[in-house]
Amino acid sequence: MFEYSQVSPVAVVLDEVSPAPDRVRDLQARITSMQATKLDTRSIPTHPAIAALLPGGGLKEGATYSVDNSITLIMALLAGPSAAGAWCGVVGIPEFGIEAAARFGIDLERLVLIPEPGDQWLAVTAAIADVMGVVVTKPPSRANDSSVARLAARLRQRGSTLIVLGPWPQSEAMLSISASEWNGIGDGHGYLSARQVTVTVTSRLAGRPRSSQLWLPDRSEKINAAVPGSASSVLPGRALRQEATG
Amino acid sequence: MTAPAITRTMLLWCPDWPITAARQAHGLAAELPIALIEKGKVFACSAAARVDGVSRGIRVREAQSRCPDLIVLAYDASLDNRAFEPIIAAVELLAAGVQVVRPGVCAVRVRGPSRYYGGEKPAALALIGVLDDLGIEGVRVGVADGPFTAEMAARSTRNVFIVAEGGAAEFLAPLPITTLGAPELVDLLLKLGVRTLADFAALPITSVSGRFGAAGTRLHSLASGLDSRPVTARIAPPELDSSIDFEPPLDRIDQVAFSFRQRADEFIQRLTAASLVCTAVLVETWSDRGERVERSWLHPRSFTAADVVDRVRWQLQGDTGSGSGLTAGVTRVRVTPEAVDAIGNHEQGLWGTANDERIHHGLSRVQSMLGHGAVLTATVGGGRMLAERQKLLPWGDRAAAAQPGPWPGHLPPPLPATVFAIPRPVDLIGANGDTVAIDGRGILSAAPAHFSPTGSARELRPVLAWAGPWPIDERWWDAAHRRVASRFQVVDSSGVAWLLVLERRAWWAEARYD
Repeated sequence: MFEYSQVSPVAVVLDEVSPAPDRVRDLQARITSMQATKLDTRSIPTHPAIAALLPGGGLKEGATYSVDNSITLIMALLAGPSAAGAWCGVVGIPEFGIEAAARFGIDLERLVLIPEPGDQWLAVTAAIADVMGVVVTKPPSRANDSSVARLAARLRQRGSTLIVLGPWPQSEAMLSISASEWNGIGDGHGYLSARQVTVTVTSRLAGRPRSSQLWLPDRSEKINAAVPGSASSVLPGRALRQEATG
Repeated sequence: MTAPAITRTMLLWCPDWPITAARQAHGLAAELPIALIEKGKVFACSAAARVDGVSRGIRVREAQSRCPDLIVLAYDASLDNRAFEPIIAAVELLAAGVQVVRPGVCAVRVRGPSRYYGGEKPAALALIGVLDDLGIEGVRVGVADGPFTAEMAARSTRNVFIVAEGGAAEFLAPLPITTLGAPELVDLLLKLGVRTLADFAALPITSVSGRFGAAGTRLHSLASGLDSRPVTARIAPPELDSSIDFEPPLDRIDQVAFSFRQRADEFIQRLTAASLVCTAVLVETWSDRGERVERSWLHPRSFTAADVVDRVRWQLQGDTGSGSGLTAGVTRVRVTPEAVDAIGNHEQGLWGTANDERIHHGLSRVQSMLGHGAVLTATVGGGRMLAERQKLLPWGDRAAAAQPGPWPGHLPPPLPATVFAIPRPVDLIGANGDTVAIDGRGILSAAPAHFSPTGSARELRPVLAWAGPWPIDERWWDAAHRRVASRFQVVDSSGVAWLLVLERRAWWAEARYD
């Protein structure tokens, strides 16, 4: 996936001599993407801690991802594309926390919110997907299959990525938080300061679910891959661990 | 040296113009004491305020102590100009070539009107009559050789004063030297014992020119009644606004929008012909009940005809809700450009203007589907509660300046990703089985043991960790907006953390860390 975005040491040496090899590689990549029979070959910048879990190693253009009941996880997904200059639209989620989004690295100047699309949410989502790189939406009801297929075709044509809060029939992958553990808070003292979660990704392409432990966020409000068992070393005595029940 | 040509001038002076303009704008009665304030000092005051001892230049507090029921308004220079515009239009109907000296004062050449009305006095009275019809009272008119003498004539009367041709020097002679303005020169002349305009005019012109230069020479000629400034007619600004009248009144929004489409096209064409683009419009609508609704609409780039029609539609929708019917028929729609810019600054680049144009088109489409306020951009503002910290603005509107902190008592990071615009009722049960309460000293009745995210007993789940209370005591000086509450953080058994607020003995969820 990253064969043309990562520059190998050899290419760096060549670069200093002439910019041509890089250009050639860029053009070749463009030709391949135009010739590809499957359109899901291009990926958009994704936070590395989450990219590793996703099929294909990152969020793909024109694909749909569904996230189960965690806006924090959606913000983590948006942070990468937004930092890379993509516009993000949030449709039908009035409780989307703006300040937390800004802290996660989502550029508010390129964030557009449509909190109350009413019964036109599908048309609004499609219109927003026409112009924005990433669209987050929450279906108020189950969409019927034909409109889902139409939306999917439009996303593929425009190269936008759709992130759905809740289940979605044709999603590329389903992300959920299967366990969560808060640091810094005790029994009547302290405050929430960091959180270690297990993110599970179920994909219809890859067979079994993949999961990984992440700091979402860590003490400096960053998203990081967690080394298992490191939670107790950060704050001995106050770490708290529990398995998700529902 | 040949004598310069002196224009016989008729000058119209509306006393206390800023007060008249402010009174019109705020719909205040003429006999109320009003003061306009600029930089903490009285800039202008009405006659009623003057009777109580308010005068220009005193501080607001002093003015209020002299006249306790004084109405204090901020001075707005643009309002003066705007309110004077209909007066100029009325005078222009009567006499061609009006020069606006400043808001409240305008001058015309007397020759034309005096011939038409058969004399200078009838012409002046006709002018006063026209302004009386507009509701502007106490207008004074002076007719004399040159604008300066005419202004002095207008100031010396309560109605009309005519200085005969060639009688300017004689009329000006007894006036004090301070009427010339120019404080530095006047101070010096007073020290030199020159107290009236006659004294100044008596000085030889060569000496004045040698001592005070060109500025002194000009003032000398004013004092001698030889004001040679011509009356320079203003060039009327092009009419850019566009309006449409409906007879009979229309009661459906789509009818109004469709009828206005052509006017909107003309409106934009006229602007384009003047090499302008419009970035803000004022839309006014009149209903058959005589109501007038106005609102100004901003545009992130510049208006196209379709955008203008959209704004008209949204404004009508805003009055009625979302339906297409109107509660009252629309009789008139007018669109006025509020802010214009040179078209050159808004030209598209040779290769297009990147993504922004496309994004704006897409968002405008959604706005025309759902209404102006449905597409929002966000900024982080000031405040302690999370919901009030997020400022949402319709796409296209300009953001207000953020209130800089510090906000002691705001939440420590990380911040919750889900912020409920309207807090949700929840329940927190203590170890003793009752809802947790707090006393005046911030002591909890019991440690939280169970939490219900919906408030119902069936959803109860164990509390794994909690912290608080963090008291909030906001706006204690304002009885209507006072807020006393306590915040808590609670982690429930599914690993989701909640930000709870205990206010008036009820538990609310302000936000969720999900």
